[in-house]
Amino acid sequence: MDMPAPDQGVIVRKARIVERLRAVLSADGVIDAPEELRAYECDALTAYRCPPLAAVLPRSTGEVSAVLRVCWEEGVPVVPRGSGTSLAGGAMPTADSVILGVARMNAVLETDYENRFIRVQSGRTNLSVSGAVEAEGFFYAPDPSSQLACAIAGNIAMNSGGAHCLKYGVTTNNLLGVTLVRMDGTVVTLGGPWGEPAGLDLLGVVCGSEGQLGVVTEAWLRILPKPEGARPVLVGFDSNEVAGACVSDIIKAGILPVAIEFMDRPCIRATEAFAKAGYPDCEALLIIEVEGSAAEIAEQLARIKQIALAHDPVEFREAADEDQARRIWLGRKSAFGAMGQINDYMCLDGTIPVSSLPHVLKRIGEMSREFGLDVGNVFHAGDGNMHPLILFNANKPGDLERCEAFGAEILKLCVEVGGCLTGEHGVGIEKRDLMSVQFAPEDMEAQMRVKDVFDPKWLLNPAKVFPLGVSAERRAG
Amino acid sequence: MRPVSETELAEAVARASGPLLVRGGGTRTLGHAVGEVLETGGLSGVKLYEPGALTLVVRAGTPVAEVDRVLEGERQRLAFEVPDLRGLLGRDGVSTIGGVVAANASGPRRVQAGACRDACLGVRFVDGSGTVVKNGGRVMKNVTGYDLVKLLAGSRGVLGVLSEVSFKVQALPEAEATLVVEGLGDEAGLSALRVALGSPFDVSGAARHSGRSLIRVEGMAGSVAYRVAQLRDRVGGDVTLAEGEASARLWREVRDVIPLHGKPGEVWRIATLPTAAAGIVAQLEGEALWDWGGGLIWLLLDHGRGAEVAAAVAGRGHATLVRGQGGPVFPPEAPEVAALVAGLKAKFDPRGIFNPGMMG
Repeated sequence: MDMPAPDQGVIVRKARIVERLRAVLSADGVIDAPEELRAYECDALTAYRCPPLAAVLPRSTGEVSAVLRVCWEEGVPVVPRGSGTSLAGGAMPTADSVILGVARMNAVLETDYENRFIRVQSGRTNLSVSGAVEAEGFFYAPDPSSQLACAIAGNIAMNSGGAHCLKYGVTTNNLLGVTLVRMDGTVVTLGGPWGEPAGLDLLGVVCGSEGQLGVVTEAWLRILPKPEGARPVLVGFDSNEVAGACVSDIIKAGILPVAIEFMDRPCIRATEAFAKAGYPDCEALLIIEVEGSAAEIAEQLARIKQIALAHDPVEFREAADEDQARRIWLGRKSAFGAMGQINDYMCLDGTIPVSSLPHVLKRIGEMSREFGLDVGNVFHAGDGNMHPLILFNANKPGDLERCEAFGAEILKLCVEVGGCLTGEHGVGIEKRDLMSVQFAPEDMEAQMRVKDVFDPKWLLNPAKVFPLGVSAERRAG
Repeated sequence: MRPVSETELAEAVARASGPLLVRGGGTRTLGHAVGEVLETGGLSGVKLYEPGALTLVVRAGTPVAEVDRVLEGERQRLAFEVPDLRGLLGRDGVSTIGGVVAANASGPRRVQAGACRDACLGVRFVDGSGTVVKNGGRVMKNVTGYDLVKLLAGSRGVLGVLSEVSFKVQALPEAEATLVVEGLGDEAGLSALRVALGSPFDVSGAARHSGRSLIRVEGMAGSVAYRVAQLRDRVGGDVTLAEGEASARLWREVRDVIPLHGKPGEVWRIATLPTAAAGIVAQLEGEALWDWGGGLIWLLLDHGRGAEVAAAVAGRGHATLVRGQGGPVFPPEAPEVAALVAGLKAKFDPRGIFNPGMMG
């Protein structure tokens, strides 16, 4: 992974920069000791590491503004960081950068059940947003797998999704407004609890901009009343094609499950060996979850059963009680851990049109043999968001490179069939150099113009999203 | 000008020597922009429709009526309920899907299914230098690069001329029913809407006008019946039920703001907090149609009350003058927001030829 050469002019001024940061933050808010900076040298993409120049942990919008102003004046790149759970290297530092962590900003600022929103500081974890409104019967819908740890700031930066976005949408569909601090320290309010944009939808372009346009310090989030109940079913098929056709028929029938998860045989076998959830030994299985009252759940499941049986499944398993429901989810929720037991793995995140599913799975199988690396597929089937897990051995020279080459081929295939490189993890550094596969130069140029406006010196979250060659001139300033 | 292909559109923009009034069918254009008319109505037709994937890709000038017809053929629809504002604004012409997206025009179902921008998966557009740009795509989940789809949705042509849009569509529900609640004043009638929206019963419409509150549920027949019964117990007032086509008719009235058609005066569109909705109308004393549980107010007032409207919504929303005489149409922006808007316009339309003077 190429990273730009750090600015030595910044590195030699470290003492002065740290001193200036200490002047605007409380004493424990600035970290500059090399051994402590190790904690910030990577995020969840652990293959690449680089300690930053320093890290700051502000407690308020005012402190974020002061820190950014200092960095802007000193020409220091800033890497915003939520909880550091990015799988794409979205919070990967450079040696000349200051990490701006929002972890200490985790307060709930306002809850308003009648108007159905919550306002939080952006360092608050995803799950604890739901936790704050649970007692009143509400929840925050986007639910990335890392929701116990990941911060709202990172969710907004990456426009995070989750298993239930088929019904509830992703972050951008549940975000009402933000307080954003620009690189020069200017504080901007975008949107508000009423949700409807007043003019240009700047909030819409900030969400998913991977921390490159500004640092979000506070957010208004839409909260929803919790459904009365939820229940999954498990359906096993002896071919991927048939499982795919079943998904399509369910969607077409107008039933809106909250989740349709898909696992292929390699993944089923791995999770069975690991979690012993009692899954059938078959080519493909679907976990379909519906919500509502007991009667509504029964009505939807009856319809789903009727559709599924028409596709001649090898198994249709209903959950009679909570425990059986939990067991249906058990294997799916253990899938990543199970694959990790076998070997190191790389998790991809491309999205494809649902209709291309059989073709794409077939091609991935062929490529798996060509590259000599095993792959298991877990898949948000309702929306086409794939998560192929490629197994490799990090200790074996050349394996990581082979795995990355295989991953790149899969993502190119996703684009070729009309999909995209990343459905919910973000581009980061991981898929930066593949952007040219999906976008023409003028498409990237239009995106980079937005950054020119928000961050004219290109100091925020450097070397992410755009291929280095494409952004070279702008980064040079 | 009325180009019939994206290439022609790009050439027309590149060749333009002065301001362009960019529009679809001109049925919902707001503001004071002037210039040579550039219509997208010639860019028409469905490019791709996959009912099993809930995706539709259409050229921007395709009439909304044609989009509706195509989707109905597969028992599907656009989830955000496109408002037809011709009656309210006194316009003729053919509403195009590109115009809908450029206005982020969203109807009653926004409270449940999201706005127009939430249903947009991808766009193609021509920027101010005549370059064709694509962003997003046709898949449901896509975080590859910056989301210019949201930026273009609602941009009213000031950043680019849309040539193509892809949508996430929705299956038609098996049944729909509306609780019609009478006998409540505005304060209590709007409170009933908030109770319904705060319930787990998946309300897909919550509006009030002419002394009646309307609460809609849609879905499978058994589920609709169950939720109607649950809601009836919670909302108070005198409840009657409208089902099927009778329910649909009630929501077309709300969507198209039919109660305010043909009445003299100015019409304001106010986005606010539902709890502020009754107070704002009481303060301004006009005829109101509340949608989105009170989060949207269509308000009929005498001419020249802009300053009072601005004061009434300050700090709790914003107001747009959708039908009126003179004065600013769009809400004012804070200086730090205005700076970003001006910066984006200068980047996407460096010659300043798209709808100059319309927004910001």
